[in-house]
Amino acid sequence: MLVLLAFLLWQIGRKAWPGMLAYGPSFLVSSTWDVGRGQFGILPAIWGTLYSSFLALLIGGFFGVVMAIFLTQDFLPPRLAVVFRTTVELLAAIPSVVYGLWGIFVVVPAIRPAANWLNAHLGSIPFFGTTLSGPGLLPAALVLAIMILPTVAAVSQDALRQVPYRVKEAAFGMGATRWEAILKVMVPTASTGIFGGLVLGFGRALGETMALAMLIGNSNQLSLSLFSPANTLAALLALNFPEAGPREVQVLMYAALVLLAITLLVNVAGGALMAMASRGGKK
Amino acid sequence: MSTVQHPVIEAMGVARQQVPDLHRSSWEPRALRNSLLTTGAWVAAILASVPLFSVLYMLIMRGGSRLTWEALVDLPPAGFEMGGGFGNAIVGTVVMVGLAALIAVPTGIVGAVSLAELGPRSKLAEAVRFAAKTLTGLPSILAGVFAYASVVLLTGTYSAPAGALALSVLMLPTVILTAEEAMKMVPRITKDAAYGMGCTRSQVIWKVVLPTALPGILTGVMLAVARAAGETAPLLFTALFSSYWLIDGVRIKLMQPTASLAVLIYNFSGMPFENQIELAWAASLVLVILVLFINVLSRLIGRRRV
Repeated sequence: MLVLLAFLLWQIGRKAWPGMLAYGPSFLVSSTWDVGRGQFGILPAIWGTLYSSFLALLIGGFFGVVMAIFLTQDFLPPRLAVVFRTTVELLAAIPSVVYGLWGIFVVVPAIRPAANWLNAHLGSIPFFGTTLSGPGLLPAALVLAIMILPTVAAVSQDALRQVPYRVKEAAFGMGATRWEAILKVMVPTASTGIFGGLVLGFGRALGETMALAMLIGNSNQLSLSLFSPANTLAALLALNFPEAGPREVQVLMYAALVLLAITLLVNVAGGALMAMASRGGKK
Repeated sequence: MSTVQHPVIEAMGVARQQVPDLHRSSWEPRALRNSLLTTGAWVAAILASVPLFSVLYMLIMRGGSRLTWEALVDLPPAGFEMGGGFGNAIVGTVVMVGLAALIAVPTGIVGAVSLAELGPRSKLAEAVRFAAKTLTGLPSILAGVFAYASVVLLTGTYSAPAGALALSVLMLPTVILTAEEAMKMVPRITKDAAYGMGCTRSQVIWKVVLPTALPGILTGVMLAVARAAGETAPLLFTALFSSYWLIDGVRIKLMQPTASLAVLIYNFSGMPFENQIELAWAASLVLVILVLFINVLSRLIGRRRV
């Protein structure tokens, strides 16, 4: 296992080395991608990765945490709770390429009118700066949000269940309403675990490839607008690898290394938080 | 207990005067906020379930209408051709996932045995566990990049084994972690009894621990298989795609680009032809049914243990 991880790093690193030597750190901050002239930069892709994942985290994280509260705090008769729980788990089981297909044919047409209305009326705000012609950042982020929801919900549920029941009873005993108990007692107590779940969800969103490759529009530009096409590191790899020349492969390996570094960092941070949370729970 | 006490207190004539009015008006700000939030939670939970039903609905409506016997056994159509199917992609997916399982399952179980039985507290075990956990979160496309670097560049061709290697990298951590969990669940007493009867360590592992932990291990393997079957990204530039059968007559030609359901969906979804898009939906339906079936099966196996 260790050997595998090391081998993986070594293989990608070895292939990326010439690319790294040739382009150095400017690779990370330049924004041109021109195969013909041999100029490569992945700043737009890094930006797109972080931006789309962050948006997805906002949406998916909110719904995920609400879902976790909903499922653990006795809102539902047990049988109905099982239905919802299975629904969320099934969401996780659907392959990402199917989400991509669904995104193209359902999500994009569904939000296009709303997006274009926003652009027409509030176009001066940078978030709504362009029209949504087809694929773009917002549909990609929406689909991503659905994909990270199960991760966030599952981890948050565990965190909420670890809060001793007595703590909640004490809150009720002091006359708290149900939501006062949840928001002021349960959630703060479980916050480390929930936060860990959010970080893990963020990590998943960063590395997610297919749905994004199909939905984000693959265009190398830096934009704040929610409706413009953009690019992510993973999508960049997926779209350019099959027809890459030797020089491009080196560059793509470099990009892969950057993606690896970012996701490893996020995942390790998430794992550490979860470990902290479960240690706190056992005390 | 309280039911026993109640009549007594009642009889003493104390209770009625001392208990304050416990009725809370539902228009009081705190109560109002409470019910508003409850409604909000309901709405959010239902909203969150909408995508699943929308996906399933679209799959059944658009995929189901195209899902014929022909679609299951024919070769993919070219540009303006009508008809066609994705038989070779089904075969390709099954072969690659099978190969991947052949690589990942034995390695994973051996790894788990060494983790659970041979030295659960050692530095090495800690490091391996950490590596496995990190690999669970590995973006699937990076597994593809890895397989590309180590197999495709070496052999000079896109091939089924390259795809299988990429998938096995994704399966391995799941297999190791679940198998280790399953082996930890084997009671200490059972093992001690076996040792007491004079078993050697390898006999205990082979004849006691592994059979007892089998359902748990199987669950992990199935989950890993289900995940691998749905993966697209690692196959894009390792197995690529092909419009031909993997099996030519009697010979199986593995060292050539290989079709898979997931990549077929991806390729066809971007095409401007109605026929291909319909096929993409049908293929999605097949893939989802396959994945959900394996998932449910694994859950059934897991439940029998408990």
